[in-house]
Amino acid sequence: MRKTYKLYIGGAFPRSESGRSYPVTSPVGELLAHAAQASRKDIRDAVVAARKAFGGWSGATAYNRGQVLYRIAEMLDGRREQFAAEVRAAEGGSAAAAVATVEHAIDRWVWYAGWADKYAQVTGSANPVAGPYFNFSLPEPTGVVGALAPQESSLLGLVSVVAPVITTGNTTVIVASRERPLPAVSLTEVLATSDLPSGVVNLLTGFPAELAPWLASHRDVNAIDLTGVDPADRPALQEAAADNVKRVFAPADEDWHSDPNTARLAAFVETKTVWHPVGV
Amino acid sequence: MPAFEYAPAPESRDVARLRASYGIFVDGRFRAGAGEAIKTVNPANEEPLAEVAEAGRADVDDAVQAARNAFEGAWGRMPGRERAKYLFRIARAIQERARELAVLESLDNGKPIRESRDVDIPLAAAHFFYYAGWADKLEHAGFGSRPRPIGVAGQVIPWNFPLLMAAWKIAPALATGNTVVLKPAETTPLTALTLAEIIAEADLPSGTVNILAGGPSIGQAIVDHNGIDKIAFTGSTEVGKAIQRAVAGTGKRLSLELGGKAANIVFDDAPLDQAVEGIVNGIFFNQGHVCCAGSRLLVQESVIDDVIAALHRRLTTLRLGDPLDKNTDIGAINSAAQLARIRELTDAGEEEGATRWSPPCDLPDRGFWFAPTVFTNVSQAHRIAREEIFGPVLSVLTFRTPAEAVEKANNTPYGLSAGIWTEKGSRILSMAGKLRAGVVWANTFNRFDPGSPFGGYQESGFGREGGRHGLGPYLA
Repeated sequence: MRKTYKLYIGGAFPRSESGRSYPVTSPVGELLAHAAQASRKDIRDAVVAARKAFGGWSGATAYNRGQVLYRIAEMLDGRREQFAAEVRAAEGGSAAAAVATVEHAIDRWVWYAGWADKYAQVTGSANPVAGPYFNFSLPEPTGVVGALAPQESSLLGLVSVVAPVITTGNTTVIVASRERPLPAVSLTEVLATSDLPSGVVNLLTGFPAELAPWLASHRDVNAIDLTGVDPADRPALQEAAADNVKRVFAPADEDWHSDPNTARLAAFVETKTVWHPVGV
Repeated sequence: MPAFEYAPAPESRDVARLRASYGIFVDGRFRAGAGEAIKTVNPANEEPLAEVAEAGRADVDDAVQAARNAFEGAWGRMPGRERAKYLFRIARAIQERARELAVLESLDNGKPIRESRDVDIPLAAAHFFYYAGWADKLEHAGFGSRPRPIGVAGQVIPWNFPLLMAAWKIAPALATGNTVVLKPAETTPLTALTLAEIIAEADLPSGTVNILAGGPSIGQAIVDHNGIDKIAFTGSTEVGKAIQRAVAGTGKRLSLELGGKAANIVFDDAPLDQAVEGIVNGIFFNQGHVCCAGSRLLVQESVIDDVIAALHRRLTTLRLGDPLDKNTDIGAINSAAQLARIRELTDAGEEEGATRWSPPCDLPDRGFWFAPTVFTNVSQAHRIAREEIFGPVLSVLTFRTPAEAVEKANNTPYGLSAGIWTEKGSRILSMAGKLRAGVVWANTFNRFDPGSPFGGYQESGFGREGGRHGLGPYLA
């Protein structure tokens, strides 16, 4: 049976409010499906959903977030054949390469799942101030993160962008690869069945060039990840991001198959420092 | 309450060793600037203090080139353990000349000598001392096994803590192996230029630190300069946004420490006398010229009358006047422009219907002065509850439940600091977790330490200064 690929906003699977769709083809030009072409209004709806989810997700225990991320890995693992087929359809290449890519994606969720309850330990501190005060610093999530997924790596790249954002308690609105959005849409079915609260991840398909400026200029988005944006197109978005002093993450090209580091976790946290007097 | 009479206790102005003129500091030596010389005035009496050379664009070019040469040369090649010694030496020199620097700071800025002597200058020395020790331990700091400096840092600082802000910028930049082009604020260049003298006397390789006095156009020239790899700015959110736009697409690294509108939250179980001291320190410290000032007081409704009465009592004992008098609590407003800004916003407060109160307070005839001011009956929509006043003006609002306090405290695009006053430990931790601010003071306010990371959420900027975290913005 042919599947209908829709958006993922606030835990629901709506079509674009604009009613638009666009054809998605394989690298050799074979029609795979018609994906929803999200609009500015969809972006705004997704940001509302992400903001609504932020309090609960950022307030959840790190253990809880870690278990949810691990659950995502379990669900993905259970559907590895389906995803291997979808990745191969989207990206081409050999069957073995597609399987390896899915395995990497699963491993990425597991890696970040383990970080959820360790990141604050590694980056937080008790600070020895020169006075009768106890003083400590902890990382906290930045808020709602807008993200542009990599254009080439339809599943592993997307997972590598989304997972670190939500590990620390952020919520996100992510725009999938324009040419290869289908594995991302299927991933939202995994997210929806992994105890991830509604609105923590919101995924839009469509034209990044149309959607990114709205995300970059949105006043209720706290940070933006420009991974999937061509360097030539980044300056305008960085400029728009300054309207509300967004944190901007604009990394160099990454090899998604190599081991990740903590840079993506660090990009979307704030350090909070708390003081209290010591006395009797 | 009886009013105590105090005999004048002025600090000697001569200690400042004020010179008739100051040059810019480029490539290890002082020289005349290409811009027009500016007169820096004492805000307490509007008398000129000294003539200060202003940099021109050509000077910015020279300074950036000197910093680049130092980065690729002596400073860049120096092992961390040697860099550390220079920083320790600077810390010691600031301590040795602490009294001179304190008097100079109070003359140029208008802040009470008690604050420059006990806060600004000791913290500036401590900041160099703290970061000195990091210079040869960076691989243990949690930024990877081989952390690298970024290159030439362009740094632009404000007038509210002139020497301390210079220390906050220069110390971590040097500890991590970067070189510096720093611009102090137009109205307060003197202590930064004295720091340049200290740096020269400490024999840092020439070009490692360059200090250029000047106005916004020089700040802009630094921000736009192609030879600079990293910008660090402390100042208004408006200018911060302009800088973020200006560096978009340039690949320059950026850290911003911008404005604030901090909530200082007093619960009904708080020790009220201590809370009132904290409220006063929160908003009247440094005439309220503090980005993290507790400018929005949120008081639980059941104790509002007690808090306001105690606050009024306490404010009538504050002593406003000569910044060089050791008994002075409230000094001068730094500039005519800032005074005009404070007046505009306080006028708006009255026009919008808030109730204004100030203690009986004689303002000196000359200089820039503003009486401590408290507004009650303030609503969240009032300008005095939303905009940063950067002056000795407190806006008081009330709340009933902790949830309402959180809601009101977070109802701002800023997010630099917050205060909580309660005897209940679990409530402190719960509130501290929910307030969207980079620094939370519980049962205290306006405490600073070189080991304590400082910086904002949201439109209060990004990046941290102080502590291990403060190394991050200077490492690649």
